[in-house]
Amino acid sequence: MSPGAWVAVGLVGGAAAAARFLIDSAFASRSDHPFPLGILAINLAGTLALGLVAGAALSGQALVIVAGGAIGSFTTFSTWILDSHRLAEAGHTHLVWLNVGLSLVVGFAAIALGHWLGTAL
Amino acid sequence: MRKAGLDLRRLAAIYAGGVLGALIRVGLAQATPHGPESWPWGTFAVNMVGALLLGYFVARLRDHPEDSVAHPFLTTGICGTLTTFATLQLELFEMIDAGHLGLAMAYLAATLGIGYVCVRAGIGLERRPRETEA
Repeated sequence: MSPGAWVAVGLVGGAAAAARFLIDSAFASRSDHPFPLGILAINLAGTLALGLVAGAALSGQALVIVAGGAIGSFTTFSTWILDSHRLAEAGHTHLVWLNVGLSLVVGFAAIALGHWLGTAL
Repeated sequence: MRKAGLDLRRLAAIYAGGVLGALIRVGLAQATPHGPESWPWGTFAVNMVGALLLGYFVARLRDHPEDSVAHPFLTTGICGTLTTFATLQLELFEMIDAGHLGLAMAYLAATLGIGYVCVRAGIGLERRPRETEA
């Protein structure tokens, strides 16, 4: 990796984090429901995009910047788990399973679909 | 509603945290290359550490003012960006695609189980001293 590629990873990583915050805030301001729909949408959209990029056989530094810097930063594991824990603490057990189940099942479908589309491109 | 100036400060804090989180995660991934037949230690490590730190910071900063920049910098910025969901799914897909179903199931179970324990441990780390004081 060249120094320029590392700078790019940092810059797009910061932008991806800011985009995650803005999108999640937009979802949160439209509903008072405790289900973390914003993070679910962000994680699923990012997963579809990563499938596309991986399937399209992007490689080298470009792959690291797009997959690791942008998409890896946009999606989040820690917030997903913390949100699930908060739903459990608040007694919304069915919403915990919905949040975990939808993320895993639709996420796997998204990565497979993205991969297939990316390969076909 | 918050003032626009405050939102820009929060956004800048999240951007700065995101730069750090992305560099650490990608740096670790570059240092620990792996194929679909082996455990993705880089992703596993950042997801577990990020979950632990997020639990700790959220509990620690619960009483901080809403407009403090420490909260968005540490939680949404660093922890949110250090951890990743899409890469986890791609690694699972590549393991299953290569026929390593058992490895994929073990990796998923460990990530979810230990990740949950890490969030709770992070929250507990912060709470413990206060409870013993009371």
